[in-house]
Amino acid sequence: MYTAVVFLPLFGAFFAGALAFAAPASKTVKARHDKIAQWITCGCMMLSALLAMNLFYDIVFGSGPVTIELLNWIDSGAMEVSWALRLDTLTAVMLLTVSITSTMIHVYSIGYMHHDSSVPRFMSYLSLFTFFMYMLVTSDNLVQLFFGWEGVGVMSYLLIGFWYDRPAANAAAIKAFVVNRVGDFGFLLGIFAIFLLFDSVNFDVIFTAAPGKAADTMTFLGSEYHALTVISLLLFFGAMGKSAQLGLHTWLPDAMEGPTPVSALIHAATMVTAGVFLVARMSPLFEYSDTALAVVTIVGGSTAIFAATIGCVQNDIKRVIAYSTCSQLGYMFFALGVSAYPAGIFHLMTHAYFKALLFLGAGSVIHAMSDEQDMRKMGGIARKIPFTYVMMWIGSLALVGIPPFSGFFSKDMVLEAAFASQTGVGAYAFVVGVLAALLTAFYSGRLLFMTFHGKSRASKKVMDHIHESPKVMLIPLLVLAVGAAFAGYIGYEYFVGGAADDFWGGSILILPAHDALEAAHHVPGWVKLAPLVVGVGGIALAFVMYILAPGIPGALANTFKGLHKFLLNKWYFDELYDFLFVKPAFVLGRAFWKTGDGAVIDGVGPDGVAAATLKLARRMARLQSGYLYHYAFAMLGGVVVLITWYLFSGVG
Amino acid sequence: MFEIGLSHYMSLSAILFVLGIFGIFLNRKNVVVILMSIELILLAVNINLVAFSAELNDLVGQVFAMFILTVAAAEAAIGLAILMAFFRNRGSIAVEDINVMKG
Repeated sequence: MYTAVVFLPLFGAFFAGALAFAAPASKTVKARHDKIAQWITCGCMMLSALLAMNLFYDIVFGSGPVTIELLNWIDSGAMEVSWALRLDTLTAVMLLTVSITSTMIHVYSIGYMHHDSSVPRFMSYLSLFTFFMYMLVTSDNLVQLFFGWEGVGVMSYLLIGFWYDRPAANAAAIKAFVVNRVGDFGFLLGIFAIFLLFDSVNFDVIFTAAPGKAADTMTFLGSEYHALTVISLLLFFGAMGKSAQLGLHTWLPDAMEGPTPVSALIHAATMVTAGVFLVARMSPLFEYSDTALAVVTIVGGSTAIFAATIGCVQNDIKRVIAYSTCSQLGYMFFALGVSAYPAGIFHLMTHAYFKALLFLGAGSVIHAMSDEQDMRKMGGIARKIPFTYVMMWIGSLALVGIPPFSGFFSKDMVLEAAFASQTGVGAYAFVVGVLAALLTAFYSGRLLFMTFHGKSRASKKVMDHIHESPKVMLIPLLVLAVGAAFAGYIGYEYFVGGAADDFWGGSILILPAHDALEAAHHVPGWVKLAPLVVGVGGIALAFVMYILAPGIPGALANTFKGLHKFLLNKWYFDELYDFLFVKPAFVLGRAFWKTGDGAVIDGVGPDGVAAATLKLARRMARLQSGYLYHYAFAMLGGVVVLITWYLFSGVG
Repeated sequence: MFEIGLSHYMSLSAILFVLGIFGIFLNRKNVVVILMSIELILLAVNINLVAFSAELNDLVGQVFAMFILTVAAAEAAIGLAILMAFFRNRGSIAVEDINVMKG
């Protein structure tokens, strides 16, 4: 039964994938294929989600953690790797989150993609994506985890580039893939280092041995480093790539080129949460390295504020939400960094619901607006699509952290934990976290007011055409809205409250010295209140700026032209990377191509030999002049040589 | 009295031979000259043969010379005939124009 949870999406993906190759001739057959693919994948996902709920209940409140061996994979010397499903609370939470959001996204895609020309392919990719994420979260060892890790990387490439006839989509897909490879390199090195230190890649072995290795060092290039710090930092580097943390975040906004359900899937459940999961899973290693935890905190906090500032000025509705994801991932990471892993995972779960809701809601808006994504060309459509409007409000309020929506519980917990950690980096994370919360509230309000309120800025044709999305798209929104509204309230006690210790069991290790989570419940009142105050304040500010006095934003942008441009261009990260890496890579590549391959290898090798032969042949051909006397002269010369040789060699 | 010996004959023969060779190779004008040069070479050889025949008292050399004369006559006849045919076809017997013997 537990195995079925993981492999049902794979079955659906194969089935739909086979249909994608069918290429039917007539339209009716194709429509039938589309239907079958949609039903099979959605059915598999629903079943998988139901089983996952059952599994969650069993694992967490029933039997406790289990490990299911599927088959032996690699058995070479000390290296023993099996395909196994490690099911503990952490995995169960991830499975539950991923399966529910992914199922809703599958159902939503039926409506959203219905007029696309390759529905089976799309459904197949979605299911396969989910399968790889399952594989990632259920893995029992680092190699299997890496398999899932790369799997989601590949699927993100395929899905972002789903509309492969669009150059922008292709570029974004390649960018996502390459940037992720950078992180994966760190992750791979981390795995190698772990194998070097522990002689194993199995979690059980590593986690049992970790306390004994807490003081070990590693020698690299003649200098010694604390082994677990090195490993943790390398693993975190991998997590940064997948989870789009500051520095390796550039692929995430560009991933908006994919269809909206893909954005929702990448941002909510699969892919970006993999990094957070990895760090939480490896908590028994991270706990022994204060340096690594501090780095995680700083990077997380910086990402949170950085992405939030950009989110405030973007005009593309999906990009605003994308930067919001980036920012929220920052929250999760600094929660992990202050050893409040449960708070990070809690935020991951609630975030999955409300971010999927926001994305799918945005998709519904885009659908209604005839594929318009620019918020400057929206406005005043609240009355025309009331259901989507309400859903977007729920999602945004959950994101901002207004009670009783789920974001309130998780985000407050994250911030309180940062404050309670009583460290310098924790204080930094708390301050930027609160600031980012203000910005979050502001851009969420801005998104809502610009999209739904005020006067319409769309053309009359678009306005006349606006319609509420079909039910198949609205019901997933409703389900996710329920999650976004209540997941925080329901989960609080178990995830981070009094029942947390029993709930998590042994799946997350927190050393007694790192008691941020416990201390978070005893922070001063103003700390608890601060996120709520800035949340309400941010929305109010957005209300003032975009409803009461719509002139302010333009005036502000004019006054602080430099800052506005800086933010609008996303802190010039793309330009910087273009200058630092892309251009030199091109130059280097061109040099290797032109001089290395073209001039040296081809020039001396095939081309050179061919040219030399040709040259020689030309010269030889000139000997054959066609004049009789030349030939006769050659003959005479030959005779002279022969006779000379005959006379002087003494043969005769 | 100045004695004319074998070496004189051989010198004459060598001079004629070289003349013939140069006649072939340095000639840029006329194919007829080439034919004449070939004739000259053959005659140089004949002189050699006859001279040695007389010196060694061996008639074979002179018999050989007669054969060579015959062959030379035949050669001259065929060569001139080819030349006539060539001239009719190409309208020129200048050596420089005859360079079709190549790929």
